[in-house]
Amino acid sequence: MIRRATRFLDERAGAAPFLRKALRYVFPDHWSFLLGEIALYSFVVLVLTGIYLTLFFEPSLKDTVYHGSYEPLQGQKMSEAYRSVVDISFKVNAGLLIRQTHHWAADVFVVAIVLHLLRVFFTGAFRKPRDYSVVMSVPIVGASLAVLVWGAGYPGIPSFEGRMYIAHVFLLPIAIAVLLSLHLLLVVARHHTQFPGPKRTERRVVGLPMVPGYVPRTLGLALAVAAVLVLLGGLVQINPIWQWGPYSVANGTNGAQPDWYLGWLIGALRLMPGFDVTIGDYTLVPNPFWGGVLFPMLVFAFLFAWPTIERRRTDDRDVHNLLDHPSDMSWRTAVGASVFSFVAVVFLAGSMDRIAVSVGVPYTWQIWIFRAGLLVVPPLVFVVTRRICSELSERKWSEVEPSMARE
Amino acid sequence: MRRLGRWAIAGAVLLVGRGQRRRQLPPPEPVVDAWEPAPRAELLVAGLLLLAAALAVAFIVIYAGGADTQLLGLALGLCFGTLAVASIVTAFRLTPPEEAEEPYPERFHSTEVAEVEQIASESGRPLTRRRLLGLTAGSAGLALGVALLAPVASLGPVFDTNQLRREPWRRGVRLVDSEGRVLRADDIELDTLHTAFPEGANPEILASPIVVVRVEPARLDLPVGRRNWAPGGIVAYSKVCTHAGCAVALYRAPHFEPSRPRPALVCPCHYSTFDPATGGTVLFGPAGRPLPQLPLAVGPKGELIALGGFSGAVGPSWSGVRE
Amino acid sequence: MRPTVLIVVLVALLVPQLGGADSGADLYLQSCVTCHGRGGSGVPPGGKHFGPPLQGVGAQAADFYLTTGYMPVQRADQEPVRKSSPFSDAELRSLVQFIGSFGGPPVPHPRPERGSVSEGLELFTANCAGCHQVAAEGGLVVGGTAPTLADSTPIQIAEAVRIGPYLMPRFTRKQLDDRQVDSIIRYVQLAQHPDDRGGWGIGHLGPIPEGLVAWLIAGAALVGVAAVIGGRAP
Repeated sequence: MIRRATRFLDERAGAAPFLRKALRYVFPDHWSFLLGEIALYSFVVLVLTGIYLTLFFEPSLKDTVYHGSYEPLQGQKMSEAYRSVVDISFKVNAGLLIRQTHHWAADVFVVAIVLHLLRVFFTGAFRKPRDYSVVMSVPIVGASLAVLVWGAGYPGIPSFEGRMYIAHVFLLPIAIAVLLSLHLLLVVARHHTQFPGPKRTERRVVGLPMVPGYVPRTLGLALAVAAVLVLLGGLVQINPIWQWGPYSVANGTNGAQPDWYLGWLIGALRLMPGFDVTIGDYTLVPNPFWGGVLFPMLVFAFLFAWPTIERRRTDDRDVHNLLDHPSDMSWRTAVGASVFSFVAVVFLAGSMDRIAVSVGVPYTWQIWIFRAGLLVVPPLVFVVTRRICSELSERKWSEVEPSMARE
Repeated sequence: MRRLGRWAIAGAVLLVGRGQRRRQLPPPEPVVDAWEPAPRAELLVAGLLLLAAALAVAFIVIYAGGADTQLLGLALGLCFGTLAVASIVTAFRLTPPEEAEEPYPERFHSTEVAEVEQIASESGRPLTRRRLLGLTAGSAGLALGVALLAPVASLGPVFDTNQLRREPWRRGVRLVDSEGRVLRADDIELDTLHTAFPEGANPEILASPIVVVRVEPARLDLPVGRRNWAPGGIVAYSKVCTHAGCAVALYRAPHFEPSRPRPALVCPCHYSTFDPATGGTVLFGPAGRPLPQLPLAVGPKGELIALGGFSGAVGPSWSGVRE
Repeated sequence: MRPTVLIVVLVALLVPQLGGADSGADLYLQSCVTCHGRGGSGVPPGGKHFGPPLQGVGAQAADFYLTTGYMPVQRADQEPVRKSSPFSDAELRSLVQFIGSFGGPPVPHPRPERGSVSEGLELFTANCAGCHQVAAEGGLVVGGTAPTLADSTPIQIAEAVRIGPYLMPRFTRKQLDDRQVDSIIRYVQLAQHPDDRGGWGIGHLGPIPEGLVAWLIAGAALVGVAAVIGGRAP
């Protein structure tokens, strides 16, 4: 049976040698190597649920009046787009489940990407020959953010909505899929990295083969991702737009927020001192540019440039297949933790208003507390991380024999 | 009967043939490590798979019977969860914990790299005007690229900034509320906030909505040249924040002023805070310029009318906007 | 010590013995007069205690501030917050009646059942959501907070719309007539028990709790699964 199927494939596609290799492709075994897979599977759920939603969503800002089953919106003027989302939630059987699962998949996708990115950074997986897999991932993250932001819609400019929608459901997902495939191809072509250990060297990779060991594991992970996303989609409410009401230029709700992954931009916008750069009466640089554009660009530029920065500093141009333990690379780990803490403080500042409402710390104080935090926390994190790393590292290397110590 | 006989012969030949072929091949070297059978784990996996099937059926039943979101999510989510557990049990109990080894790929393939270089240089040997060809090919490619992109221009300007600049407010336009009722000066009492629109214009244009409040005339401190813009202390400002374009939907109207912060218009997105008494200047927050003020007058029947356009550009600042 | 404070202390000591605690005038002298003055005349700022006059605010404002527990406050410059009132229901009634006798509007009688919930949502988003947030969960006003309306009663909402407590603007009958206020109250009643057909409402605050769920529930669960499947560093 299997022989016949394989032969069928081999005669028509010459696939047997490839298949033979693929079946025993080696996956080094560590839990942190699975974070990227979580992102991949979330993306799959995102696309599948998204395709279903396109069959019901109407990307039109034309005015319409609601006459559906949800009484609080009865007779209200709204856009076709808004009405169709309310209908997906209320009229289409299983529509709300799919819609919420889609939104949760987006939120969890970005969580997994951030975790994966941190893993790659702190273990030094970005070094040659994988520097371009990393370079590839910056546009992936950029395109993902773009598609997610545009998914939220851009109210107010009618001619824009339809095109945004095409970008959201067609252009950007295809771009992400192509870039993701390239990313995976590059990974496979240069093989996975591994932590150093017995038999695990720069020249030989050790781990579980695809069949029989790895397939049920990764299948289990994919199914677990689907399970978590569908359970959230059914049990935890996300973006209940029927409760928010239709959009109008003249209305605003307190503490309006975009999805969580833009919280760092909101924090930056809110912490920024109020000034526009002007020439005479003319604005040159409007204020939201600093927090909304320059700040994320700097963070991305840092990630993009890091492999080069580190190569310059260490003058290390070798090919690396073995990962570093973060504690062994105290400088990199400390810089990374410090930059991360900066972004995290800005991110937290995005919820200053809710902190003020629920904890009672006045907003005007918080602005200054967080601004001070930006100056104090990153250097502190740098020093503390460096200290912890070198102590951990020393302890580890003093435990092993001196001859084994790092060259 | 004959048919049956033929079948029997064919079967016998096949059987014999198979046996022979098998005998010809030496038993292959095992690739996958040996691993103890775990019949109980197999039973567990089978049970989990059955449970998953049942949950999937439950999903269909719930879907057909009204499709309650929570039940649907539970059925499908638990179905996936059960399958995940089945997979993971399979992974740990029914597959060997192998440590396979493979060499990492070569750093580069030196022979092939050299050959590629050789093929490229040999192919180009007959060319004498390499530079010319290169230049012309480059310009043809560039021109064609631009030509293929040109139809994108049919999409037209994506941001029609003129549309943002066009103002529905002109001298003599009356102020109406969201239901179209004309606002009168004596409607605007102290400590009340009114949202108004230009009579007869589209209320959803960025420049349409304004906020109207009354400031005690003694506290009014408008910039020079705006002395007659606030009849009886009534001031009007664009309702669209100059920072990021949210609606300035919040009026801080202290009830007993000695102990409270002063009156202010606040944007609930990033909390830019503007002072209505001083021409919409920024009291707090990230906004870089004041709210544009609309000059007001009182018409013959006590109705509020605009005296002209706004004092500055409406909406979020962008490069080139005039304050 | 100022004579008013002396009087308060004396009254406070005497009242339990006299057993006349339910008299509005006595309660006023006991708890209000220091800041609001005799006969609701108000105390101008300058000293330690000061407060606005109560003449003309009527039973409407008295009922609001007292039933919400906003009053009494310790210091005049303190933001009043919702708490259970130190007065009994009977005491509240007599105190409201007493302050009402200074003149002013009576306690309103809203009839939310007359209102329309869809008109209420529309009016609420246009007039209230900027501060109280569209699901009435409360929000930030720079320099103070707009409270959640989770525990507000119909009468308190009707009162607040007219008086504009603390930093809130007030709304005249021309802006919102009583019928429209009824609709707003109906909407707030809905927002207190919203249609959460998506499941657990996680506070009706949008992306902040959603992000917490994505990280702390989904992220933690999936990293947990990864930890089970994947090995540790050798």
